[in-house]
Amino acid sequence: MFKLLKYSLYDIVKSRFAILYTLFMVLVTVSIYQISEDLSKVSLSLLNIMLMIVPLISAVFATTHFFNNLEFTELMLAQPVKRRDVFLSQLLAVIIMLSLAILIGIGLPMAIWGAESSLLVLLAAGIALSIVFAGLAFLASVLTRDKAKAIGITLSFWIYFSLVYDGLVLYVIYSFADYPLEKATLAMVMLNPVDLARIIMLMQLDISALMGYTGAFFQQFFGSAKGIMLTSGVLLIWMVWPVLLSMRIFKKKDF
Amino acid sequence: MISVNNIYKKFGSLEVLQDFNLNFEAGISYAMMGPNGSGKTTLIKTILGMVIPDSGDIEVQGKSIKGEFAYRANIGYMPQIGRYPGNIKIGQLFRMMQDMRPGIENYDMELVRNFGLDEMMDKPMHTLSGGTRQKVSACLAFMFHPVIYILDEPTAGLDPMAVEVLKNKIKKERDQGKLFLITSHILSELEELTTHAIYLYEGKVFFNNSIEELKETTGETKFSTAIARLMEWSLKKQPQKKPNHV
Repeated sequence: MFKLLKYSLYDIVKSRFAILYTLFMVLVTVSIYQISEDLSKVSLSLLNIMLMIVPLISAVFATTHFFNNLEFTELMLAQPVKRRDVFLSQLLAVIIMLSLAILIGIGLPMAIWGAESSLLVLLAAGIALSIVFAGLAFLASVLTRDKAKAIGITLSFWIYFSLVYDGLVLYVIYSFADYPLEKATLAMVMLNPVDLARIIMLMQLDISALMGYTGAFFQQFFGSAKGIMLTSGVLLIWMVWPVLLSMRIFKKKDF
Repeated sequence: MISVNNIYKKFGSLEVLQDFNLNFEAGISYAMMGPNGSGKTTLIKTILGMVIPDSGDIEVQGKSIKGEFAYRANIGYMPQIGRYPGNIKIGQLFRMMQDMRPGIENYDMELVRNFGLDEMMDKPMHTLSGGTRQKVSACLAFMFHPVIYILDEPTAGLDPMAVEVLKNKIKKERDQGKLFLITSHILSELEELTTHAIYLYEGKVFFNNSIEELKETTGETKFSTAIARLMEWSLKKQPQKKPNHV
């Protein structure tokens, strides 16, 4: 397993994409720091990057990587190694590379210019989202033999969770405005990893006061130890289930 | 040494292997023939565990391969088309494969030398020609002293000199009692290298016996004409079969 991971990592870290992605992150973070002195504003800008760009790049990169490395996968499947290890080494290599890019690209400027505790949560949430979307991308990849189709499925995951889902939630809230919706919204948030990450970070920023009664309710819930445990737990489930499901399919796939 | 029991495999609606039964014994070299799409490569990939059969079971050295992986250390496999990561060098590839089999210390580098690959260790895989890549595949198949060799069209794309090198190596290992399973469309080569003929037709075993027996059954004295006769029979046996989409 570790040998496989070593070779996959070696291959991925050397790739041009890893370097470009890290540089991009550094550039964005540095420019955000240059624009504003206020740390909470910096966090808010970084938050938006984490919620939109990171999942998108993670998803697209993981899918392309899966298909570009199909040769390696096929070669390994004829060797005395476990299928599970072949799959996990590929996925872990992608996750490690994406996480490193975030840690270096955002973490390093933060270490230099200072950070609130909320920025650490921000990093953790970015890595969590990378894992979720890498998992979803691998799921799309094992479901089809066609690279273009797989990228299409992955992108629809991203569009759904980043754009469409919020629209649906707003529609529900608007339609049932006469009813108490706190619990229902809470449940709906749990079904979207991007929203989960957003709320976890917003709660750190102390701007929930601006969100009125629902915000206060959220603050009360997500601020409590129980709420933090629950949201982290649900986010963990979001990281794990696509990986488990795609591994099951991978184990039965023909090459 | 390998027994294939009642294997079924469908790709979509296409039945590639239908109730497949075969036994491969140690010390015998098998020629596997059949028209394109008759299931040769699928059978090989099923034995290697790259394709999972819909039903049935395969045993290698007396153990079922379902969910197993260690048995592959005993198989030297040369794929029809060797696909390798592009930015890795030949030397790195060899080291990587050696790394995957930590139990083996003593490597068979005879082919590497005879193909002259030891002077090309620094070349990345994507710069190699099809023939050289085929040589790399051959080297990997023979590197770890396996007891079972599965060669899928081993000489396709090789130059005549390399073909001779490879054939000599195959003969040498064969005479040491290794099991060989070779598919090819070059009949003269198969006659030279193997003693046993298996003919597949539309996912079924049409003929499975020694080459002498084959010549006797068909009443021919030459291997190639005997195979030609076999092909005729296979076509006659199922005259109005549903159209073949292979």
